[in-house]
Amino acid sequence: MITKRIIPCLDVKDGRVVKGVNFAGLNDVASPVELAKFYSDEGADELVFYDITASAEGRRLFTDILTEAARQVFIPLTVGGGINTTDDFDRVLKCGADKVSVNSGAIRNPDLVREAARLYGDQCVVLSVDVKRVGGEFRVFAKGGRVDTGMEAVSWIRRCVDMGAGEIVVNSMDTDGVKKGFDLEMLEAVCDAVSVPVIASGGAGCMEDFVTLFKSIPKVDAGLAASIFHFGEVKIADLKRELAANGIPARIV
Amino acid sequence: MIGLIDYGVGNLFSLASSFAAVGAEAEIVSDEAGLSRADRLILPGVGAFRDAADKLRATGLDRAILAECGRGKPLLGICLGMQMLFEKSYEYGEHEGLGLLKGSVKPIRDVIPEDYKIPHIGWNALRLVRPDCPIFRDVRNGDHMYFVHSYHAADCGDSVCAVTEYGGELTAAVWKDNIFGCQFHPEKSGAVGLSVLRAFCEVAV
Repeated sequence: MITKRIIPCLDVKDGRVVKGVNFAGLNDVASPVELAKFYSDEGADELVFYDITASAEGRRLFTDILTEAARQVFIPLTVGGGINTTDDFDRVLKCGADKVSVNSGAIRNPDLVREAARLYGDQCVVLSVDVKRVGGEFRVFAKGGRVDTGMEAVSWIRRCVDMGAGEIVVNSMDTDGVKKGFDLEMLEAVCDAVSVPVIASGGAGCMEDFVTLFKSIPKVDAGLAASIFHFGEVKIADLKRELAANGIPARIV
Repeated sequence: MIGLIDYGVGNLFSLASSFAAVGAEAEIVSDEAGLSRADRLILPGVGAFRDAADKLRATGLDRAILAECGRGKPLLGICLGMQMLFEKSYEYGEHEGLGLLKGSVKPIRDVIPEDYKIPHIGWNALRLVRPDCPIFRDVRNGDHMYFVHSYHAADCGDSVCAVTEYGGELTAAVWKDNIFGCQFHPEKSGAVGLSVLRAFCEVAV
């Protein structure tokens, strides 16, 4: 049976891992390569590297780190942040990324999803969406959650899947950083609308939140989190055992 | 030396890193001389069957692979590279493969229920049909491997050496004499994945 995936996310700025709480106030945590190796050894099923640098120098540091991580870590690596063109896909795939996640770049130019899927295959294109409730609907936000695009989230996601997005990361801005659990209502709406894998993000505070996620919405494929793993509040090896103890298929290393 | 066959398809960086991690010398090879120099060959592949088969033929590497394998050189096909080992594929039409193994490549939808997502993406457990397969020397029944695919090998008879369960039975690995194939990505399957590559490096020639 296919297992539910647990995915730590590493936000990388100037070569270091940082994590924003509700997208503000960044704390330097650790070396991305060391952290990646640590998570892989603990049983992480996949890793996401988000490049949150804006400078060219920061971008170079990022690709160096990605290359080093891909040399030492043998689980799937997804890269996001600053992906605006198929050249950006090319740049990170050559450094050892397996999948590439697009967010604002797809909002600016939806054809990017179609073009990248054609060039690299659907399985390579991950759509990441920052979603927040506005006036009773799920609204897509751009630029790291700063700009309300006015687009309804489920129809945006469906449109991107039609264009070739192979996986969806749903990040609920309403639950992100709050640590009171995933946004089950939002995730259920997305899972009902698409038939590609859905990765839940935003809100995990403890192991029980993952158990609740997979029990309540069996169609969710993976849970993604950052700070609770970085600060050791949840150990991935313990989390996997907890999932298995609750009858949720998990890979234990 | 392990020859990683470069025909413009697949992530050779990850494979080269994986072999470095198991202490094997691997080199990217892209012509007949390179293939002939290698002691063992890896046929990688990601993407569409037809494109990959066309590229293999356009570069003449198809003939070089058949010649080397005919001399008993061990070959491991990975993911699409495994699918290329078969006689033909029904991915968007009907296309000829290398024909090193009997069988054909068919949509996994044929054997799995409607409500299962396609592609089959993620970590799934192996059931070893032939635990004596040398590349599974350090693999146990139930070990998880990382899969990403929408097609798999069908009608391949006794070459199947491992399967995985996804609402139906999917072919996970095949073996006949010096020809090996895995549908999953050993280079992305953590320590147990690396053990498959290490064992392949030590398969008796």
